[in-house]
Amino acid sequence: MGLLNRLDDPYETGGVILGTVEDLLNWGRGRSDWYLHFGLACCAIEFMAMNASHFDFMRFGTIPRPSPRQADFMIVSGTVTLKMAERIKKLYDQMAEPKYVISMGSCANCGGPYWEHGYHVLKGVDRIIPVDVYVPGCPPRPEALEEGMMKLQEKIMNQKLFGKKK
Amino acid sequence: MKLQAKDIFDKLKSEFSDSIIEIKEDKGSDPFITVDAKKVLDICLFLRDTEELSFDYLSSLNGMDYKNNLGVVYNLFSTIHNHKITLKVILDKEQPSVPSIEGVWKSANWHEREAYDMFGIKFEGHPNLIRILSPYDWEGYPLRKDYKTPEYYHGFKVPY
Repeated sequence: MGLLNRLDDPYETGGVILGTVEDLLNWGRGRSDWYLHFGLACCAIEFMAMNASHFDFMRFGTIPRPSPRQADFMIVSGTVTLKMAERIKKLYDQMAEPKYVISMGSCANCGGPYWEHGYHVLKGVDRIIPVDVYVPGCPPRPEALEEGMMKLQEKIMNQKLFGKKK
Repeated sequence: MKLQAKDIFDKLKSEFSDSIIEIKEDKGSDPFITVDAKKVLDICLFLRDTEELSFDYLSSLNGMDYKNNLGVVYNLFSTIHNHKITLKVILDKEQPSVPSIEGVWKSANWHEREAYDMFGIKFEGHPNLIRILSPYDWEGYPLRKDYKTPEYYHGFKVPY
């Protein structure tokens, strides 16, 4: 964010901050992401560790929300069965724009160990909803999810409101 | 008093004679008794209510696919005498049907629904025989050996 607060600044005494609308909105969005947690399998256990005090997910400005209407992004952690895929699609559609998705773990990325004989498994959640960040691992360590969260923040901070997308 | 599989087999044989088909006591696996599918409800009631047997606990109930036949396996345990036994029934593949033992051990309710869901075995007299794991509109029985994975389910592509 471009701040003009130098000694030779004519606005110095007026308490004025200059910046672009884009930066302001991206700053707000990127630093307070509320999430809808879609815990489906063992990845959700790793996600609980992420939420606990040792890794402290909330320092990213995230707050868990029980309703998709209050959430900015969704973490799909675990095996997406065909039975659950319809529910995920429905909940994703209920989220307000702008919305983002983190796909956590091999199962949500591409079907994981069920890729060949999993008659009941959707081979990757990106077949039904667009995914912004893929976190590999089976299950990923909380550090990997931290990295994924930082990648998502990076993406949000760099997005353009007008004109060509970066 | 703890009974061995052979003693349990003898007791069943003296009560039900022809309905008890055979006992196998191979090394490396639990001994099991193969019984007639039509009589399984009476046999289970006998196993539960006879004092020296007292099988009060159904550990598990599984469906099986033997390629040419289907089957059901019952693992029973007695918490009173600390002995256990395995019952097996062999079913016809075209019309797999066996009496429900839900009335004997209540835990059989969901186990039988699972066996119905995965193998299509009909449990006669079950109060609520519907699919338990798969969606209600799922076609086919997934754990049968000749099961083919569907190409699409509700518009989602299934194979990788």
